[in-house]
Amino acid sequence: MTTFVELLLSGLSIGSVYALIALGFVIIFKATEVVNFAHASLLLAGGYLTAVLRDDIGFWAALLVGVAGAAAVGALVEFLVIRRYRGHDHSVLAIVTIGVDIVLVTELTRQIGARVLPMGDPWGAQVLTLGSVSIPQTRVAAFVTAALIIGAFLLAFRFTSWGVAMRAVAEHPETAALMGIRLGRVSSSAWAVAGALATVAALFLTVFPTPGLERGTSLVALKAFPAAILGGLDSTTGALVGGLVIGVTQSMAAGYQSDLTFLGRGIGDLAPYLVMLLVLLVRPAGLFGTRELSRV
Amino acid sequence: MSESTTAATTGSAGTAKASGASGAGSATGRGRRARARVRPPRRAAAYTVAAAAAGGLLLLALPFYLDRFWLQAGLLAMAAAIGAIGLNLLTGATGQLSLGHSFFLAVGAYGYCVLAGDTGGELTGLGLPGWLAVTGAVALAGAAGGLFSPIAGRLRGAYLGIATLALVFIGQHVLLNAHDLTGGYNGRPVPPLSLLGITFDDTETVVAAVPFQSMEKLWYAGLVLLAVCAFFAHGVLRDRPGRALNAIRDHRIAAGVMGVPVARQRAGVFVLSSMYAGLAGVLLALVFQQTVPEYFGIVLALEYLAMIVIGGLGSVSGAVTGAVFVTLLPQILTRYSEALPLVSAPGTGGVAPGEMSRYLYGAAIVAIVLFLPGGLVRLAARRGHTKKDEA
Repeated sequence: MTTFVELLLSGLSIGSVYALIALGFVIIFKATEVVNFAHASLLLAGGYLTAVLRDDIGFWAALLVGVAGAAAVGALVEFLVIRRYRGHDHSVLAIVTIGVDIVLVTELTRQIGARVLPMGDPWGAQVLTLGSVSIPQTRVAAFVTAALIIGAFLLAFRFTSWGVAMRAVAEHPETAALMGIRLGRVSSSAWAVAGALATVAALFLTVFPTPGLERGTSLVALKAFPAAILGGLDSTTGALVGGLVIGVTQSMAAGYQSDLTFLGRGIGDLAPYLVMLLVLLVRPAGLFGTRELSRV
Repeated sequence: MSESTTAATTGSAGTAKASGASGAGSATGRGRRARARVRPPRRAAAYTVAAAAAGGLLLLALPFYLDRFWLQAGLLAMAAAIGAIGLNLLTGATGQLSLGHSFFLAVGAYGYCVLAGDTGGELTGLGLPGWLAVTGAVALAGAAGGLFSPIAGRLRGAYLGIATLALVFIGQHVLLNAHDLTGGYNGRPVPPLSLLGITFDDTETVVAAVPFQSMEKLWYAGLVLLAVCAFFAHGVLRDRPGRALNAIRDHRIAAGVMGVPVARQRAGVFVLSSMYAGLAGVLLALVFQQTVPEYFGIVLALEYLAMIVIGGLGSVSGAVTGAVFVTLLPQILTRYSEALPLVSAPGTGGVAPGEMSRYLYGAAIVAIVLFLPGGLVRLAARRGHTKKDEA
């Protein structure tokens, strides 16, 4: 039972981190209808900046710079690439983001090399114990931070003029433009927000019990794709639920690995994708995605 | 969605007028045919035939002149071309993004090893004759694609892209864990193919004073396979199925209204593209002579996407051009890394050839989609066009 609760808590915590990434992914999709395959590279960029700068300027300042840097990279990609596309096919634009991703990830993994960069976070390897359940402090911090950020974001989405503009664009870009909403600004802000969220996620993906940022971190980030798809690409609720489902599944599959040996080693890494496939079989638009009503 | 409707209608209007010259954006078979009609038929046909014959002769003669390194590079390009043709049927012609192509390459490669290999040590093999093993491997890849059809038939575009991402990870998991079939982390050796009394291994056969080893012999097998694959895909794209696929890409609902069974066509083209990947996998395995799981990862799937985007979406020639470009780029950079600025040998801290080629084709994807929709093939076509207009 204790193991179960520990796994559940750690799953929820890692799931909330996936939710942060998936949320950025969904925001970009809603604002620009682009499926952003370069998301993992934004995450890696933010994480790398934080890890490299923390020795010189301290952890918190480095994190701020990382967040700002990834937001800038996101906005820059939007400005230099996405805005220049004149065609109509958003599938092709998704392929463009793959090109961007190849370049960025190659450069960042080259910089990182074989190193493992520790984040130097204030939580370290301390463990919080409640009764018989013990959980790393980093996991608690991850959950609280993710919940705060997501809550703040959802409020902003509902009540600020930026949020209203964003939702209007998602609903109908042409009409929104006619109402005086500047599409370019909305879409670059979406990319910037996604970059910032990804950096926070990068921080919590690389702290204890993980040793630090390494070249494989972008692969870990790929697990947020199933989270976004599973919840439904155009639904913020879906991103949250998807993230949590993926996190808990992964944590459970990894934790009970010894009972699942017939499935082979490393089933925990595979579980998110299997869950996604199962959900897609039943609901092709994801759990909360808008169903297509065009049937022929 | 509404935008793509207008694109589709203007597209068909443009081709209906048979003005053809600008081709109205989408490279549909109809557009190409209209353009062919405008051109003075006889001279153009003769010119094409002559060029093709010269190119074919050159390809046939190459094994007598090139060393093993370049032959292997060329063979890798041929295998990649076969795989890329398959992916272009799926992604280029039908608009279904796939990030799982490397999974089907792996099914083909390992399928061949299991079917043709002998049981020995830890490994299981069926020891089937070569032709049966190749056919079986391709059929296996097709069956794997068929198993995925409940998802491949329903999802579209980038959604499918992420769903197929799952295949790569499932593939890696199976390859690393099913030891008796795949050999685990170190992979398994590939049994040489023997076909029609010829064994494609390193025993030397001297042809016209040139020693023929595995690469020389495989070169011809690769050429034949590529030609057959290209011919078949060309037929698919030019006739009814191709029209249906393009219609699904350009306007799914309109295609459905006109009687195209959208889900079945999508599932079907997914199976076909998997079979192409399977065959490419077999050829790759034969060239490498050892299959390792690491090769069939996400990077390989992205490379195939890069090929079709760089070469040109939706056409056979585009796939082949892109495959040659993306495959030969790292080989050339490796070979001449000392002479090139900015590139240094792997492990010295500078930009390694592999990394350099990734920068180049990553940037090429972006540049081509933004500034040259239609890819390198379109560039060549445009060049030809302006020349003819001047003449």
